Amino acid sequence: MTSPLVVSNVVKQFGDVVAVNDVSIELQPGELLALVGPSGCGKSTLLRSVAGLLDIDAGAIELDGTLVDDGVRHLPPERRGAGLVFQEHALFPHMSVRDNVGFGLRGRSGSEAAARVAEMLDLVSLADFGDRYPHELSGGERQRVALARALAPGPGLMLFDEPFASLDHNLRVQLRLDVGRALRSTGTAAVFVTHDQTEALAIGDRIAVMRAGHLVQVGLPETVFHQPTDRFVGEFMGDASFLPVATSTGQISSALGPLRVDAGVDINSIVAMVRPDDVTFRASATGSATIVDRQYGGSGWLATARLGDGTDVLVATSHLDPPEIGSQGDLELLKGHEQVPVPLRHQS
Amino acid sequence: MVATAVGQSEPGDRRPGRLELERRDVISQRSWPTIAIVVAFLVIVPVAFLSVSVLRPNTDVWRQQWQTRLPGQLLDTAVLLVGVGFGALFLGTAMAWLVTAYRFPGSRVFGWLLIAPLAMPSYVLGFVTLSVFGFGGPIAGVWRSAFGDDAWFPQIRSMGGAIIVFTLVLYPYVFLLARTALAEQAGGAYAVARSLGASPGEAARRVVFPMLRPALAAGVGIVLMETLTDFATVQYFGVDTVSVGVFRIWRGTFDRDAAAEFATLVLVVALAVIGLERALRGKARFGEAAGKAAGVSATKLTGFKAVSATVACVAVLALSFGAPTAQLVMWAIDEATGSRGTPLVGRFLDFLGNSLVLATLTAVTCMIAAVVVVNAARFSRSRVTRWATRFTAIGYAMPGPVVAIGVVLALVALDDGLEAIGLNLPGVIATGSVLGLVYAYSVRFIAPGLNAVEAGLDQVSEEVTASARSLGTRPSSIIGRIHMPLSRASVLTGSVLVAIDAVKELPIALLLRPIGFDTLSVWTFNLASESRFQQASLPALAIIVVALVPVALLSRQLAQGPEIE
Repeated sequence: MTSPLVVSNVVKQFGDVVAVNDVSIELQPGELLALVGPSGCGKSTLLRSVAGLLDIDAGAIELDGTLVDDGVRHLPPERRGAGLVFQEHALFPHMSVRDNVGFGLRGRSGSEAAARVAEMLDLVSLADFGDRYPHELSGGERQRVALARALAPGPGLMLFDEPFASLDHNLRVQLRLDVGRALRSTGTAAVFVTHDQTEALAIGDRIAVMRAGHLVQVGLPETVFHQPTDRFVGEFMGDASFLPVATSTGQISSALGPLRVDAGVDINSIVAMVRPDDVTFRASATGSATIVDRQYGGSGWLATARLGDGTDVLVATSHLDPPEIGSQGDLELLKGHEQVPVPLRHQS
Repeated sequence: MVATAVGQSEPGDRRPGRLELERRDVISQRSWPTIAIVVAFLVIVPVAFLSVSVLRPNTDVWRQQWQTRLPGQLLDTAVLLVGVGFGALFLGTAMAWLVTAYRFPGSRVFGWLLIAPLAMPSYVLGFVTLSVFGFGGPIAGVWRSAFGDDAWFPQIRSMGGAIIVFTLVLYPYVFLLARTALAEQAGGAYAVARSLGASPGEAARRVVFPMLRPALAAGVGIVLMETLTDFATVQYFGVDTVSVGVFRIWRGTFDRDAAAEFATLVLVVALAVIGLERALRGKARFGEAAGKAAGVSATKLTGFKAVSATVACVAVLALSFGAPTAQLVMWAIDEATGSRGTPLVGRFLDFLGNSLVLATLTAVTCMIAAVVVVNAARFSRSRVTRWATRFTAIGYAMPGPVVAIGVVLALVALDDGLEAIGLNLPGVIATGSVLGLVYAYSVRFIAPGLNAVEAGLDQVSEEVTASARSLGTRPSSIIGRIHMPLSRASVLTGSVLVAIDAVKELPIALLLRPIGFDTLSVWTFNLASESRFQQASLPALAIIVVALVPVALLSRQLAQGPEIE
């Protein structure tokens, strides 16, 4: 099977700014790739280049085995057949929901198109909304119409540009599930751009992390979360603490104890990463760590423990065990959890 | 430039077959910049010809002008522009603030009624004012019989009189922009200032007006351009501006080159006005609208204050529109029932028809060009297209005399060119035709059309366009299915604005009209310049009535408030 999307060495510049710098990605059929990174990292630029809204300066983009942009010639968006969903739903305000969803279905007979529209509205649970107009819908409903509209022509690839960024949390979680279900049931591959790492972890079959125009890591969500290619990725994907490492008596260790490092790695270029759920805080009057801050998160507390050398370590504690600011104790790794050696900066 | 990243460039080696674009893709991609460039070219050609004429200056003309009228003309132009600029700024802003920030009897109605003077050409208010307040007029007569023949009476036929007349007819441009900005932008900051203890006046002075600066600068810019383009009103009032200079040279000598050189002087003044507008605007463009209910909330006035506010609105409206119109109606009735009759009244329908044909052709031309150019900027990614669009709008920077003389030069060159390739058409076809007139009008008036279409398309987000394209729709079809339906109101407003301007336009018509092709405005001017004021009432009223239709449309839109998505 041909890949729904192959991005090869794509470069896109705006004046002197290289927004996308030599990025290559290949999608598997039916795969949902979450493209995540801080704002301004080039993820939306890459997505818009794939859609044909921007012309790339170098590299190549293929959709379903067809070359659509080679850096010189650019196939216009209307001939690429990729479905697009934006943050600002972008529905056609002067058309009913039915006409919006049917917009891309020209060339099909009336009854065929009507059946397809009904099928799509059903897919997004809006079967009875066909006669309404966009201004009569809630934010979530509009976004589901936008999804149905983009899926209606049966695109080989769906592109989502921060689609839920303006919705509230609960609605976002619901829509995420809806999108996943709709894509799976139609077998459509998709690229999902978001700056929210929780959303990326939740929705992506794979995750691609971008920084300053570069792709810094592509992998399964758990790999990206637990084995980041560098400190930036580790920090970006979720709460984490980074401890300096040193060699003493032939053993590489941090303040939390020894860690395994591959042979030949320069220990001056790495730090030890621990996630808050990897460590516990055991109160003790002679302990070397002091609680300096705490936040309540509902299911538990997130405490900041300061070590003797001034390093701060985030610790997750149970809601039954609120950490007291100023209390002293020791930090310990939980059984089965390990510190991960992480390069300070990925070479890119 | 491209550093190969570790572990991510493996797919880079595979290159499937060449990318072949279909012919229609290529045509579609190239046609947008091409169209935009052609339109920009047509707009720029007249001013380009004019500028070239300066490269071989006729020093005799300049020396003679410099020794005679030119210094006085420059001074008059400067004094007039400064006076009208401040007058319109003050009156327009004050009225906009009054109807937006306060509630008083009639405040809602005045909110849209105060734009009525847009339908009143300055040359009409000018001659009515002269005949009523002038030396031979009824007011001065009553004054003399009461206080004696030597009693002091203000000389209305003066620079001061001209400034008052221009201020009264042009303040609505400032009023409109200020009112929109107040209704859509400044509310939040005003509310915060009030909550911090500022009085309405203080909040206005310290917070709101600085925020309005871009809108006010734009409004004053239009006012100054309209003042500069005029050479009829100023002549009634004995004010000798550089635009009058162009007119006098052209009518006196028909010396194209001399007129062209003088017209460049007008252009220089126009560019100075634009520079001033840009400087006043500062880095700020029009401010961001801060949500829907962001307007300034109104304070209710009571008692004496409320009465004063109503009286102020009535007075401005009466002086600028009501009283002169009433006077014109009385004169027209007089004329219709009297024995003398309006000269050429038999040709009234001809003149009316000419005005309407001209306005319609101009509006249609401008709007087609504007829709195409604005859409080109949306569909084409090349920088050339964006620049071309921007250049198209410079028509507004060219006062009537500049455009007229520039078009004459361009069409003469076209005639010569056609002759050179063996197409020997009679010269009048290119230089003395309605086509030339429509061309000049369109160059001059495309800017308001362009602004309106741009504002309309701004309502349609880039994402909506992108969604339609990704669903397989070609740009040409998106214009018809998405862009036009969604910006119809703006396109209509734009065509209406262009049409008003065309009906009221006098300088270009006077300079370029084919022999025998008189418009209502030319007819009015000819009678009024012979001081046959009463006889000019019929054509003047006709202009006001025609111009009122679009003004009423605009008023209705204002009365309904901003369009909701």
